[in-house]
Amino acid sequence: MKRREALFSLVGIATAGATIGRSAGAVTLEGYPTDMAVDKAFLPASVVPGGGMRVLTNDTQRRTVAAVFDRLIPQDELGPSASQAGCVEFLDAQLAGPFGEGAALYRETPKMAGEDALMQTPQFIATPRERYETGLAALDAYAQRIDGAAFADLQPNRQDEILRGMEDGSVKLADDVNTKAFFELMLQNVREGYFADPIYGGNRDMAGWKLIGFPGARYDYRLYADRTGEKLDLEPVSLIPRD
Amino acid sequence: MATKQKADVVVVGLGWAGSLMAEELTRAGLNVIAIDRGPWMDTSTHTPPAVDPDELRWGIRKELLAKPKDNTLTFRNTVDQVAAPQRDYGIFELGGGVGGAGFHWAGMAWRFSPWDFEIRSKTIERYGLAKAEDGEMQLQDWGVTYDEMEPYYDRFERIAGISGKAGNINGQIDPVGNIFEGHRSREYPTPPLKTLRSMEVFNEATSRMGLHPFTIPAANLSQPWVNPLGVSMGACTYCGFCLAYGCGNYSKSSPQACVFPVLMRRPNFKVITESCVIKVNKAQDGKTVTGVTYVDNQGREHVQDADIVCVTAFQVDNVRLMLNSQIGQPYDPRTQQGTVGRNFSFQTISGVDMWIDGETMNPFIGAGAHGSQIDDYNGDNFDHSDLDFIGGAGMLTLARDGAPISKAGKLPEGSPRWGSGFKQAYKDNYQTFTTIFNQGCSMPVKGGYLDLDPTYRDKFGQPLLRLTYDYAQSDRNMAKFTMDRAVEIAQEMGAQNITTFNFADKPFTTAVIASDHVIGGAVMGADPTTSVVNPYLQSWDCHNLFVVGASAFPMNAGYNPTATVGALAIRAAQAIHQTYVNNPGPLVEA
Repeated sequence: MKRREALFSLVGIATAGATIGRSAGAVTLEGYPTDMAVDKAFLPASVVPGGGMRVLTNDTQRRTVAAVFDRLIPQDELGPSASQAGCVEFLDAQLAGPFGEGAALYRETPKMAGEDALMQTPQFIATPRERYETGLAALDAYAQRIDGAAFADLQPNRQDEILRGMEDGSVKLADDVNTKAFFELMLQNVREGYFADPIYGGNRDMAGWKLIGFPGARYDYRLYADRTGEKLDLEPVSLIPRD
Repeated sequence: MATKQKADVVVVGLGWAGSLMAEELTRAGLNVIAIDRGPWMDTSTHTPPAVDPDELRWGIRKELLAKPKDNTLTFRNTVDQVAAPQRDYGIFELGGGVGGAGFHWAGMAWRFSPWDFEIRSKTIERYGLAKAEDGEMQLQDWGVTYDEMEPYYDRFERIAGISGKAGNINGQIDPVGNIFEGHRSREYPTPPLKTLRSMEVFNEATSRMGLHPFTIPAANLSQPWVNPLGVSMGACTYCGFCLAYGCGNYSKSSPQACVFPVLMRRPNFKVITESCVIKVNKAQDGKTVTGVTYVDNQGREHVQDADIVCVTAFQVDNVRLMLNSQIGQPYDPRTQQGTVGRNFSFQTISGVDMWIDGETMNPFIGAGAHGSQIDDYNGDNFDHSDLDFIGGAGMLTLARDGAPISKAGKLPEGSPRWGSGFKQAYKDNYQTFTTIFNQGCSMPVKGGYLDLDPTYRDKFGQPLLRLTYDYAQSDRNMAKFTMDRAVEIAQEMGAQNITTFNFADKPFTTAVIASDHVIGGAVMGADPTTSVVNPYLQSWDCHNLFVVGASAFPMNAGYNPTATVGALAIRAAQAIHQTYVNNPGPLVEA
């Protein structure tokens, strides 16, 4: 099977939760809607660890993502690495859903030459899923070309060097990859994975929240609000109900 | 194409403006049909506490907002450029469902100052004509005064239950509140929110400097409240999830929390959801409209006839609807003739991020509108004789900045953005961060306007709105001035690390979110050659058409716009049922 098919054979897969409203045609409401129970379609679907990849099915690309993520957020005395905290599973679930599809984006052509400069930020017709596909392939090809090995197999300090080059624009992976923007996309997504609610597959054991002291999905701080300037040491809570 | 039974009034968009008008008009006995692009959405069904505190879904992915895919604009700085579409979320934060942006807003509930409503007259009066006419700005009065607006602000505040402390009740000044505000007829419905740590530090520093801090008026309620419609609201729990979120607790004022429980039960009201109005239909005589055309989510077109049409969508959609319906003369920036699209303005933002060693801010405790502000450098509260600008900024500190994904970018200059160094820096600085945000005024410029894009279209095949805009030099100078004041305050607050920001020291762009307050394009005024609607927001061209929202503001003040939208909507609706229906015709002589 060609790589593109293997990686992106799941285009159009049903995405859980996450869309607002039902599309049963225009609805005329006369009187207050009597069904007050929470709309099931509005509940986020929990990402189950070890459930298998849906988009990042190619070993090389998954290893590359894990290697990048673990340099961006490494394991150290402050806590687990990004991949240990579930950020690869997080990214896979995000790429399989509306985010990966670019479901919210206006992607009409043409994309004009001056668009990025005018908007002062890079513009894309490609979806995030497509950007990961081309970006990861280009990163690995770069490592093979310059270092003769897969990115994931390079020494950490060499990986950092390449990542710094991507960040500051001195490394250009390929003509069809906005390398700086791809770095920023990965940095944003790994932060999301590390600091989002664990229901989305990352931030395992709320490691990200424990690192900075964020108490999570709490609903009521009225007991604490008057204790200004005091360290509260609140145990974080997630949207995932406790057993 | 199916034509429905005629309504007395059709309301286009059921956000704050639409729901407040529908409430007034149905109470007066009129039959009202609202048409909203989005689906039904409510607290218990969509944003209970079990799903609401979720930064990824609401704060980052912005799932409560209308998608750019369905609704966007094109943008350019000047007329000689080719505009590009806003492809991802940017400064246009329209609501995705009924309630509009009123469902996901933060809740800052300001009145504009008396000076704002008469900006041109009062600038000339105090500083002379040259200050008001610098060749670039296009200043004009609103056609209403603060005194005329006061009862409607009061009504909005009662319906929304706003928390705050008055600084001026009928001329009686109380320095605990905002001493610079216009006079109010009475105290706020509910007391101010609690004073959190970042506010304490800001209040102490600004007080030592001889400035006048006060707690921001908030639509996050400090206490339970029963509003004049009989709707109960709960006290805010300071959960911190407000801006871009729903409220699981009935304590953030919204159409859902404050108006729908009454409006939806009225037999003379109904709402058609998931249906987008694409045109206001003009009558043969050209002096009135007959109703609207809308498309349901199966792509079927419908006509809804009505005696009165109230266009109450988001600012940009109000303007686009006027242009696509060919009502009124489009504005031409070369000649400054025409009115529709005129006087776009925004919000001019500068300020400082700061880190104060040893502090424990507990930034996860707070609310969307929770903070302290000084108005010493806002509006015309200070002498501009020797300054190269007019207006100013509300300078505020916020107690709502604990969201851990977005805050990962808020570290002192020189901190690593990734690696172990990042983890250490974030751990060390999460609790010590605070900010001063200068929410500056925005003056319309002759070259800034809205028209229809020649290239890009929406899913209905209609042209996208095109924005042409860049900051007025006066606003750029104001932003620099207030940024310098913010640095002084940050130093007095004891910050070791200070990073300045100024969105107006570079060209404007819709893609970088300085603010989400977009203003103008269908502005109000006493002169039909420079305004689309009269002081009651009635179209000068078609007297049974009212265009209501921030589209009507001829400029933007150093405050959030929502309470002014609400007050204008209530005022327009009262003019309709008290005067217009008895004698249909222009409410004001041209």
